Amino acid sequence: MATATLSVTSIHTKLIGAWGRNVVIAIPMVFLLAVFLLPFLVVFKISLSEMDTVFFKDVFSLRDDVVVMTLKFGNYFSLTQDSLYINAYLSSIKIAAITTLVCLGIAYPFAYFMARSPADRRPALLMLVMLPFWTSFLLRVYAWKMLLADNGVFNNAALAMGLIAEPVKMMNTPFSLVLGMVYTYVPFMILPLYANLVKMDLRLLEAALDLGATPWQAFWRITVPLSKSGIIAGSMLVFIPCVGEFVIPELLGGPETLMIGHVLWDEFFSNNDWPMAASVAVVMVGLIIIPLAFFNKYQAESTGGRP
Amino acid sequence: MSTLNNATTPAKSGGKPFLQINRIVKKFDDVLAVDEVSLDIQQGEIFALLGSSGCGKSTLLRMLAGFETPTSGQILLAGQDIVGLAPYERPINMMFQSYALFPHLTVWDNIAFGLHRDGMPKDQVAERVGQMLDLVQLKQYAKRKPHQLSGGQQQRVALARSLAKRPKLLLLDEPLGALDAKLRQRTQLELVDIIEQVGVTCVMVTHDQEEAMTMATRIGVMSEGKILQIGAPADIYETPNCLFVADFIGSVNIFKGTVEIDAPDHVTIASPECKHYVSHGITGTEGMAVSVAVRPEKMSIQKSLPADRERDSLAEVGYNIVQGVIDDLAYLGSLTTYHVKLDNHTVIKVTLTNAARHGEAQLTWGDQVYVWWCGSDVVVLTQ
Repeated sequence: MATATLSVTSIHTKLIGAWGRNVVIAIPMVFLLAVFLLPFLVVFKISLSEMDTVFFKDVFSLRDDVVVMTLKFGNYFSLTQDSLYINAYLSSIKIAAITTLVCLGIAYPFAYFMARSPADRRPALLMLVMLPFWTSFLLRVYAWKMLLADNGVFNNAALAMGLIAEPVKMMNTPFSLVLGMVYTYVPFMILPLYANLVKMDLRLLEAALDLGATPWQAFWRITVPLSKSGIIAGSMLVFIPCVGEFVIPELLGGPETLMIGHVLWDEFFSNNDWPMAASVAVVMVGLIIIPLAFFNKYQAESTGGRP
Repeated sequence: MSTLNNATTPAKSGGKPFLQINRIVKKFDDVLAVDEVSLDIQQGEIFALLGSSGCGKSTLLRMLAGFETPTSGQILLAGQDIVGLAPYERPINMMFQSYALFPHLTVWDNIAFGLHRDGMPKDQVAERVGQMLDLVQLKQYAKRKPHQLSGGQQQRVALARSLAKRPKLLLLDEPLGALDAKLRQRTQLELVDIIEQVGVTCVMVTHDQEEAMTMATRIGVMSEGKILQIGAPADIYETPNCLFVADFIGSVNIFKGTVEIDAPDHVTIASPECKHYVSHGITGTEGMAVSVAVRPEKMSIQKSLPADRERDSLAEVGYNIVQGVIDDLAYLGSLTTYHVKLDNHTVIKVTLTNAARHGEAQLTWGDQVYVWWCGSDVVVLTQ
């Protein structure tokens, strides 16, 4: 493995040269710098500035021919003081975590059976997973409103069949929110899991059975540990966007499900307090990046640097 | 032929066979993979199933392990029918082709895997794993992951893992197929040493005849789902019972002819190339079509007519000798193989050991040569 990778790398190096390789790597680096790091720095700068009557003051100002930098950390301080922000952060993380776990529970069996199905049937199943992407995301989330409303399809059907006496409130509850989030994000869990499980060497399972493991033990001892990287990749793809999700909570969530995306929107566009909004955003990025960094470090250590 | 091995009689006698395979059949849809194979294996034997890919040998092995269910037939291990048992219920362990080591577990945990599944107490697991690591001399690698080991080391971990539970039967699927040629030769004997030290009965599957002949006490040659011949390596090589076996094991020159004289102690056969004298009786009749098989290394080659061939006392004078031109030669260092083109354009192969540094014969392309052989070195194949 290692030697094969090395020789391929050296062939590529000969073909395009070390300089060419650096250019190829530099293009996405420059792109990320331009569209991610620079805007983030701008946001970070705004978060340290002070609000004026209508607009925020620039961090740098000219006073008596001297450039003065005024940093205001008060926004970060008030974040820790106001329970609104803390609750919104905790609630976002909780909802994202529940969504991730539910997605994992649904996606793992799905990806498993997809990967174990006959090879000629897999492309069709894969297509089914991606089918929802063919219609507008907003339209699909809106459809859930019709289904879950008090006089929606589910309640009316259950009433007609006499299963319930009065409509069950499903819309604008944590239930409808998590349902909508899981529905939207489950393909992002399925795809990395499938990609991982389909590559698995099935002889390892035979070896486990041969050594006395029941099929169930073989699944937990061999399949699950070997699909760890797929589980982690899928969980990140679901968890990270879920924390900052704005549209689904707006459409399907309710008063109990205040998420940080909504707070952010309010600060920017209702309160018009850009420095405050910017600090909310910076803290959110920090909250997501820190666990990510831990995951990466753990991955690198447990595999000895191998992917 | 007098020394033909009966397919159902084991070479070693002594009590009931340890593993009995009775008329086992395996069909995949309509394709017959294993066709009524019966086989008896004694305790402590190393038995090799030898055949080219798709001959059914792997399917047979997988039925022993429990990964395939026979369409019909019986497998008795120490008298107990194991066909209905799941792989994890059988006292059988397998060393897989290219090992199938668990990549996420250390060497130690790989070997302990089966012991933990049996619910063995922790201190006993540690003791057994230690013994296994000693056996394969990998003690210092216990904490490594499989990908940090060389191919030969991985092979030894796989062996230790399959022996850890002290199985009644050890299955080896192409045990050395993943190793390079030089390492393979050394490992063959090492593997046999360890298996004999443990004393486990062993069934191996291989397509490599050298591997089978080096390691096995007996070999079963398979083709198209059937076992064609069972015997010790020397029996299979020296007295093959059919054209397929003669041709599959080593290389062989085949002359097709008809029986002329069928005496109890000798036979003569006429073929287009020459007349054959066979110094043993065969089960056949005069006028019957047969194949005469002669191994290349049993033949002699020389430019002039050999002296002893002129003596009238020899019963074989005028028999078992052909004339031709050296068409091609392959110098292999220890051996040279000459391709001799006979007058009727048949090409036969003759192998000479290069005992002297510069062979006195110094045969080369285009030389007119005589090729001859003994009547006792000939195998007559009636099938």
